Amino acid sequence: ERTNLAGVRHILLVLSGKGGVGKSTISTQLALALRHSGRRVGIMDVDLCGPSIPRMFRVQDSDVHQCDSGWVPVYVDQDKSISLMSIGFLLEKPDDAVVWRGPKKNALIKQFVADVAWGDLDFLIVDTPPGTSDEHISTVEALRPHKLLGAILVTTPQAVSVGDVRRELTFCKKTGLRVLGIVENMSGFVCPHCSECTNIFSKGGGEELAKHAGVPFLGCVPLDAQLSQSLEEGRDFIQDFPKSPAFPALARIAQQILDGTSQQS
Amino acid sequence: MAEAAGGPQPEDCPGSSSAQAGRAAACQGCPNQGLCAAGAAPDPAELSELRSRLRAVKHTVLVLSGKGGVGKSTFSALLAHGLAADEAKQVALLDIDICGPSIPKMMGLEGEQVHQSGSGWSPVYVEENLGVMSVGFLLSSPDDAVIWRGPKKNGLIKQFLRDVDWGEVDYLIVDTPPGTSDEHLSVVQYLSTTHVDGAVIITTPQEVALQDVRKEINFCHKVKLPIIGVVENMSGFICPKCKKESQIFPPTTGGAEKMCQNLNVSLLGKVPLDPQIGKCCDKGQSFLSEAPESPATSSYRNIIQRIQEYCDQHHLPEEKII
Repeated sequence: ERTNLAGVRHILLVLSGKGGVGKSTISTQLALALRHSGRRVGIMDVDLCGPSIPRMFRVQDSDVHQCDSGWVPVYVDQDKSISLMSIGFLLEKPDDAVVWRGPKKNALIKQFVADVAWGDLDFLIVDTPPGTSDEHISTVEALRPHKLLGAILVTTPQAVSVGDVRRELTFCKKTGLRVLGIVENMSGFVCPHCSECTNIFSKGGGEELAKHAGVPFLGCVPLDAQLSQSLEEGRDFIQDFPKSPAFPALARIAQQILDGTSQQS
Repeated sequence: MAEAAGGPQPEDCPGSSSAQAGRAAACQGCPNQGLCAAGAAPDPAELSELRSRLRAVKHTVLVLSGKGGVGKSTFSALLAHGLAADEAKQVALLDIDICGPSIPKMMGLEGEQVHQSGSGWSPVYVEENLGVMSVGFLLSSPDDAVIWRGPKKNGLIKQFLRDVDWGEVDYLIVDTPPGTSDEHLSVVQYLSTTHVDGAVIITTPQEVALQDVRKEINFCHKVKLPIIGVVENMSGFICPKCKKESQIFPPTTGGAEKMCQNLNVSLLGKVPLDPQIGKCCDKGQSFLSEAPESPATSSYRNIIQRIQEYCDQHHLPEEKII
């Protein structure tokens, strides 16, 4: 029997031990960059307590409909080149807290994996909450029978973040999840007024961690007020701001993922 | 709180949030038994143990946020330092972020271990009047991951509250992971045996953070946890060279100020970004001591004072009514 993930060529997880480092940001920008290179992309948002993905595409008011093979993912536009699934679409009111213990979270994640009719996708990106708990264990278990390419780990430069991401690397090792690379996000801020660069959250920790752990380093993404603004408004940063400070790094990350998959096949 | 997954409930169903959830005779054979038992509220015997341990705690403040990475641990650490500056006060900092325990590093206590004594686990002391407990102290390597599902995390949180010998404490600060899940439900349930002054909720200015924080505020209402107020962190950045301000995390929907107005909660203060904050956290130093002249320091100090005032106003008489 054909599963709902049979048409998905590559599945990749975006992880971090640490909260607020930019997992959802990197997930959305990677999806947009891959879309701009002609790929069809889906994002599965398994952050059940803090689902950020819908707003980042300006589709937070959309509903999920059913079809014969299960749930129809929410398409970002008429193009249907980016599709999404998130608990954000299932809440009656956006401010409703999802106060669930592990077992109930696990059940919904299994449904997201089995029951969403993704169709044919080049990439399915799975955005996760911070940590190494129910959501992560359940997601990896549910995706194991499918084409799981690996995980991108996101950190910010400072030691406090890197400290948590080291533990996430251990999670990957223990669950047999291949690490595609580490992204050092919020790596420096260039003042738009005078171009002075300030390392607000320090610098270099992500690159050092990649070296220490023997995994690829995918690059440093600087803080970029236009990127934050685009995420707030659900705008396509990759299309609208190619000259903005974060663009080159984000484009390079997408290219490395594409290079990795073309090497595979 | 923890709802049943669906399906018929037995006639004498004790209710999914009762202490008997999943354990009562009527639960046998119910399709939701597993779910209820996994998320069961602590039983009365356990609550009584917790009550005696926490009897000597005068004030408890939870530091929460729906959103990750907004500065909960940073704030918890600075709140602890700020309150412990008064040597006459005994301060306890409990880190219940089981997967991402940041507090040991931020307090300069990395590598410390927990010792057991006849009276329980000893907290690790930063100062004589500032004790800390975290799962970080139980891990032998910085690479050790705590890959636990909810019930095991709940078990450790209960142990932290039941087995740590805090002694007489003026302020117990509880640092939490982001979200509204096992850790949060459990700590609220376990702390129901003691007086919780309230929650301090941390956010950053942008809507992506606020949308999660509104959920956290709703969580507090649901579990009847008073909200002391909201702190807006990372509120603007002043370039050290040209002194012009940038809104790196833009308040596109009015920031915490608007949210607090709409939801009728206090805004305790706004704290600007300062590269020194992250540096001090990494080095395990108190930012308040290392950068006394920073605008962020005066913001933090004002906020800490407001929290202290709130706790003093809500001081219970010595004899707690059970």
